[in-house]
Amino acid sequence: MAQNPTGMNGQNAGQAVLSVRNVSMNFGGLRALSEVDVDVRQGEVVALIGPNGAGKTTFFNCITGIYTPSEGEITAYPKSGKPKRADGIRINGMRTNLVCELGMARTFQNIRLFPSMTALENVMIGRHCRTSTGILGAVLRGPGTRREEQEVVDKSFEMLTKVGLEKLANEYARNLPYGAQRRLEIARALATEPFLLLLDEPAAGMNPQETEELKQMVIRIREEFKVSVLLIEHDMKMVMSLSDRIYVMEYGRIISTGTPKEVSEDPQVIRAYLGEDSDA
Amino acid sequence: MERANIIQNPIQNPIQNVVRHVVRHVKQALVAAVWLSFLTLPIMVIRVDTVEKTVTWRWMHLAYMAVGSFVLALAWYAMMERRNKSQAKKELETVERVSALAGMLADPRITRPLMAFGLLVAVAFPWFFSLYQTNILVSALIYVVLGLGLNITVGLAGLLDLGYVAFYAVGAYTYALLNHHFHLGFWAVLPLGAVMGAFFGILLGFPVLRLRGDYLAIVTLGFGQIIRLVLENWSAFSYGPSGISNIDRPGLFGISYSVEQATTYMYYIMLALVLLTIFVTARLKDSRIGRAWLALREDEIACQAMGIDNTRAKLMAFSLGATLAALMGVVFAAKTTFINPASFTFMESAMILAIVVLGGMGSVLGVILGAFLLMLLPEYLRAFSEYRMLIFGATMVLIMVFRPEGLVRAKRKVYTINVEAAG
Repeated sequence: MAQNPTGMNGQNAGQAVLSVRNVSMNFGGLRALSEVDVDVRQGEVVALIGPNGAGKTTFFNCITGIYTPSEGEITAYPKSGKPKRADGIRINGMRTNLVCELGMARTFQNIRLFPSMTALENVMIGRHCRTSTGILGAVLRGPGTRREEQEVVDKSFEMLTKVGLEKLANEYARNLPYGAQRRLEIARALATEPFLLLLDEPAAGMNPQETEELKQMVIRIREEFKVSVLLIEHDMKMVMSLSDRIYVMEYGRIISTGTPKEVSEDPQVIRAYLGEDSDA
Repeated sequence: MERANIIQNPIQNPIQNVVRHVVRHVKQALVAAVWLSFLTLPIMVIRVDTVEKTVTWRWMHLAYMAVGSFVLALAWYAMMERRNKSQAKKELETVERVSALAGMLADPRITRPLMAFGLLVAVAFPWFFSLYQTNILVSALIYVVLGLGLNITVGLAGLLDLGYVAFYAVGAYTYALLNHHFHLGFWAVLPLGAVMGAFFGILLGFPVLRLRGDYLAIVTLGFGQIIRLVLENWSAFSYGPSGISNIDRPGLFGISYSVEQATTYMYYIMLALVLLTIFVTARLKDSRIGRAWLALREDEIACQAMGIDNTRAKLMAFSLGATLAALMGVVFAAKTTFINPASFTFMESAMILAIVVLGGMGSVLGVILGAFLLMLLPEYLRAFSEYRMLIFGATMVLIMVFRPEGLVRAKRKVYTINVEAAG
């Protein structure tokens, strides 16, 4: 059971929203990812864990179009929108902004906000790909533009409220405390109306209480927005209690997958994290 | 009581602290003065007369040098001290303080009448001042628009363009050539010039899409030089360094007018164009497009990851900036009635960039102030014209050290949200 519960065709329990098959990534002679298979189903929280340098962030970069994988297939199944197709869309090497427009929004391991824009404006950037005002519209500011602008402000503020930052809406992003910046990144990603939220170490640098709040927030967001979550995280307590399934990565390979319980009992995972037992 | 004092103030007491700082600065300034006097000794003090074969020692010069450099150095250290202190304070407070002046400028009750008054003065200007003054102001207004145009590319979108003057040249030559060969009038060419500008903006934009920062600056610098060199050397097309003369002034329903009236007419045309540009840039700044440019400037990767098409945003910024420059080119050609490539050197690009940086990147008001400052001061300080570049350079250095955000710091819009409506 712990070994590869994949091989599904989108007809299992939840429908697949992202399916990664056989993906490898080579940088010159370095093989950062090797034949990786990952599936995320509708409404799931899936965690990707592994030691530092295992290739987790590289994997994220492959999915979001920052890198084009050397081999393999990445397929997304958007739940709505123009490119709605039952058989999914191949997104290998698709431009990053199109991946986002498709409905896969990410946060960054090292926070990447827009520091000299306000918190609200940061979230409003997320609405960009769901709106359409052009130069002419912006200059003339007709009723259509004004309506759209108002909608952007309202929606963005709503997102800020969801992550508890409504009081800091007009504060510059660079002035926000660390934890707030992390939450602002999530709000910005949510504003793009994703079906899949990709969180790269959201709890990094947070204290236990903040981590717990973050966990509750992720649970809330998943319920409310019907969004699936794929997260990279080092905080085991959070991963174990939050995820439906876990993939463990080491040296660019998936070495184990399954429920938190299965994974935590897998001898291979224990070896990867604690090292080889020299007596054995 | 004493313990609290120790905790609050590790250095014994404030007066002693100040004295310590002053002594240190005086020492530093002394060292600087001695060092500089020594360095300049051969050129400032010793004078060899090769005809008379004598050597004169001008010791007074040494004294001037020493005293002068000492005072300047001391002032420099004092200002640095103040700056460091204010920075330390800023780091302590997470919320930035708003100065009284900035607060006033944000209040519409004060800005509205101020703007109305400014407009009134601007409209009445040619009737109260001489032709010479009006002429200077027309040039300044041209640079206001150029500054605002470059502000879109550099200030908002963060794309450092060192060849901006090339688009200015494109506009000017579009009008000059069309007028020379086909006798097309100013008003017919104005939109054509804008289109040409946009076209050249996109033309330059495409190859540099993948570049940023220094690399982009170098390529745009090269582009600016290429345009100028083509104009200078392709005589069959552009009449080379001798330029094109007898360009028509703007038409006024077929009415003929004198040179004086022409200046006034030009002034009003420019005033209208400035107002239009301010309107356009101000609206764009807080629109969907403006926000996308800002995001592009702040973090290109995050910007694209949030669904913004970087390519489109960059091309838009480039072509819009170029459009404004080309418009001004047309106006410039009509104003001077003569153009040649010497008007479009790198110095012009540097000047326009200085306007944007000095005024405050991304701030409309700042750029307007910067343009007036850099264009009008040299005109009215003709007495110091020999030192113009020296003063100019020193001012830029000082601004960069003490006010890197420019004269007016760009402010982001504050949104008021109806909480009940937003839920």
